[in-house]
Amino acid sequence: MSTTKQVLVDPIFNNNPIALQVLGICSALAVTINMSTTLVMAAAVIFVTTMSNVFVSLVRNRVPSSIRIIVQMTIIASLVIVVDQVLQAVAYDISKSLSVFVGLIITNCIVMGRAEAFAMQNGPYLSALDGFGNALGYSVILIGVALIREPLGSGSLLGFEILPKVTNGGWYVPNGMLLLSPSAFFLIGLFIWAIRAWKPEQVEEPEYEIAPNLQYREAM
Amino acid sequence: MAQFNKEGLGNVLFVAVAVCLVCSIIVSTAAVALRPLQQLNKELDQKENILRAAGMLPANAKVDAQGRGVDELFSEFEVRAVDLDTGEYVDIDVDDYDPLKAAKDPARSTDLSPDEDIATLGRRENVSLVYLRREDGELDKVVIPVRGYGLWGTLFGYLALDGDVETISGLGFYSHKETPGLGGEVDNANWKSLWPGTLLYDDEGEPAVDLVKVRSPAGSEAARYEVDALSGATLTTRGVQNLIDFWAGDMGFGPYLNKLRNSG
Repeated sequence: MSTTKQVLVDPIFNNNPIALQVLGICSALAVTINMSTTLVMAAAVIFVTTMSNVFVSLVRNRVPSSIRIIVQMTIIASLVIVVDQVLQAVAYDISKSLSVFVGLIITNCIVMGRAEAFAMQNGPYLSALDGFGNALGYSVILIGVALIREPLGSGSLLGFEILPKVTNGGWYVPNGMLLLSPSAFFLIGLFIWAIRAWKPEQVEEPEYEIAPNLQYREAM
Repeated sequence: MAQFNKEGLGNVLFVAVAVCLVCSIIVSTAAVALRPLQQLNKELDQKENILRAAGMLPANAKVDAQGRGVDELFSEFEVRAVDLDTGEYVDIDVDDYDPLKAAKDPARSTDLSPDEDIATLGRRENVSLVYLRREDGELDKVVIPVRGYGLWGTLFGYLALDGDVETISGLGFYSHKETPGLGGEVDNANWKSLWPGTLLYDDEGEPAVDLVKVRSPAGSEAARYEVDALSGATLTTRGVQNLIDFWAGDMGFGPYLNKLRNSG
């Protein structure tokens, strides 16, 4: 596989920021109740990660290492504020339901992680692909979680009812658990399990082995 | 020319200033250019909340059965400012007045004593807004803003009354922090549909709405004031009960609504 393609496609399954690096799960818990908020969040993260990688990469030869983190933060924060402002202007309802989580993209570890780990060493074109790929990896997991949470939690997908709820005269009793953040934890855990079963090379070496219990006689 | 030193103090200062300058220009341009649109969205949202409480918009739709949009429907409403203590109208610019901001300003609000403060508000604004809709000169709807503490935070909403200023025509919350699935069911369309037709005031003019676990037999006197409590959400239910009692009572819109009812 060529380098460019690898940079773009690798983060989706082989080196997924959520499933392998376990970064950025905070927002994955909060915004995955509805598919519509999830899609907007994914688009926002794709935009921010790609653009921040491009800009950080453009200034990488000029930025002194002593202030590089704060420079990256400033660039990321500016992009996030712009996204937030645009959302408030054109998609007010969705921006209301995303509330603080757009602003919290600033602290999303994936954005900063890619800026520091990739964009500081590579040119703007590759950095853009890397940012796009990683945000896409993030989006895939988010959309997967929302695809389970919204139908089972509220009987709908993108607002359209697909499982008729008992309260509306149907047969489906919604699972309230899936409306609460911890359910995303379980789902992400199951996703990580599934991905590692599919790609066993992602399984980490155990950090230590549990010693067998002492026999009664040995303890004497 | 001296060799370019990336780590030197000069470059550190230059990069810091340049990055800040460029970023602040981008951010402020976005904020200023988009402000009018955002303002418009906020106002439209507020109008939509009022229309929803008054039952004039179907669930999940932004137009009514006749295809009239939020702006058109809202233009039938008259916005008036009301002095909550006296119940009289006040002449102020209602477009610029924000009751929630006034509630934070000691000069324009009243500190509530613990006995009065059943909805846990802390302070209450002196002047609030009401939304009136008349049909052929006859009062058709009165919408008042209500708020009060539930379980996790303050619930903000609107209470709509029919033209008799006694019968509730709807209640809707546009912002709350209640538990999804339990207290969050204040947004449930089925629960909200229990409100229209309930009487807000008894014959003595006291707030009489009662959120109950078991309804009195249909047709009985008590049943006219009763709404189902929310299952599994005792504290949210209590919060809703308290905020209705507060805003319909003497410290809230009680004096104003009394006058409005008696004047016909």
